[in-house]
Amino acid sequence: MRVTQGAFSFLPDLSDQQIKAQLEYCLRNDWAVSVEYTDDIHPRNTYWEMYGQPMFDLHDAAGVMSEITACRKTFPKHYIRVNAFDSTLGWETIRLSFLVNRPPEEPGFRLRRIESEGRVQRYAIEPYAMDKPAGRRY
Amino acid sequence: MNQPVGRPEGGVGEQDVLALLAELDRELIGLAPVKRRIRDVAALLVVDSARKAQHLPVAAPGLHMCFSGNPGTGKTTVALKMASILHQLGFVRKGHLVAVTRDDLVGQYIGHTAPKTREVLKRAMGGVLFIDEAYYLYRPENERDYGQEAIEILLQVMENQREDLVVILAGYKDRMARFFECNPGFSSRIAHHIDFPDYSGEELMQIADLMLERMGYQFDASARAAFDQYLDARMKQPHFANARSVRNALDRARLRHASRLFGQIAGADRETLSTISAQDILASRVLQGTSPAAGDV
Repeated sequence: MRVTQGAFSFLPDLSDQQIKAQLEYCLRNDWAVSVEYTDDIHPRNTYWEMYGQPMFDLHDAAGVMSEITACRKTFPKHYIRVNAFDSTLGWETIRLSFLVNRPPEEPGFRLRRIESEGRVQRYAIEPYAMDKPAGRRY
Repeated sequence: MNQPVGRPEGGVGEQDVLALLAELDRELIGLAPVKRRIRDVAALLVVDSARKAQHLPVAAPGLHMCFSGNPGTGKTTVALKMASILHQLGFVRKGHLVAVTRDDLVGQYIGHTAPKTREVLKRAMGGVLFIDEAYYLYRPENERDYGQEAIEILLQVMENQREDLVVILAGYKDRMARFFECNPGFSSRIAHHIDFPDYSGEELMQIADLMLERMGYQFDASARAAFDQYLDARMKQPHFANARSVRNALDRARLRHASRLFGQIAGADRETLSTISAQDILASRVLQGTSPAAGDV
């Protein structure tokens, strides 16, 4: 099952050229771009691992692209996303976030039904990949 | 200055380039070899875009440069200008300049250098990386110096990401020569080794005029002659630093000019306030026959 998180995730995967164009847009707006990765794709897992530090003061997408390439090389089967942080007063938040890498096979999510007090039915989802320990999931 | 010149779709026109070169001629005095090289590079670009129109193969030219020359010959000034020139010619995408020295590239402990150098390189992407006094990167007396690591990363990026950034090294001539001797790989990856010649007396005079104009002063006729005489004397002395010495001399002339007017400021008109006269220059120790201590006094 295809994971749809972040912007553009219902579109076909972005090509490098398209990623570059998006990055140019971010840098043009003076947003600080950072690269993050994870193999725990649960939708509530907001904090991914940072790949290097967020990149401030960049002028050109080539710098970010080289970082993405390096991250893909290190974690070819992880989910990798790019965040663009707007530090303007009043915003101070992520303005754009999108996936730039995903594992070749995405097994999807298991729905778990949990019987709670008074036979109340609660639901949980977890990625099938989570059965394996970190680093061996995809 | 940073606005790209209007250019036709997909290339740079001859007219744009000629306008750019004319502007360069106005703003930089002397420096014939530098201007010639910029003209060559610009011509290549125009030819390349014409070739592209005819579907002939076009290879991205290597644009890394090394500026070497004596103190005060305009290396840093030209490097600053180069970023915007290359941008206007369409060689670099953004045209900003990141000026660094050894401290910005080389770390203090093991594992510190590579991220630091990469960080700088990432910032310079799409523009020009200017490494002032590049020979400090390499310290032959300490074989465990981290400078070598920075050099290796630099070389790799200079080779593989030629279309993403242009690296300009600058430094004094003899020390640059020694640096390249120890790092032959560096020398061969730099396409343009440009020597900055010393200025002639006449050029220095023009530079002085230009500087004064920017500061809102002028020489009167006698001051010009006196300054000419000053330059002659100063050029024969040690530690002469070309345009930098001229600037220092002018700064001191301004000081003398100010203290001459001090106390009678009420009666001073626009003319008096902006005119440097011969006595402001002749009071210099260079012309009094005493040799300067260190630098320019």
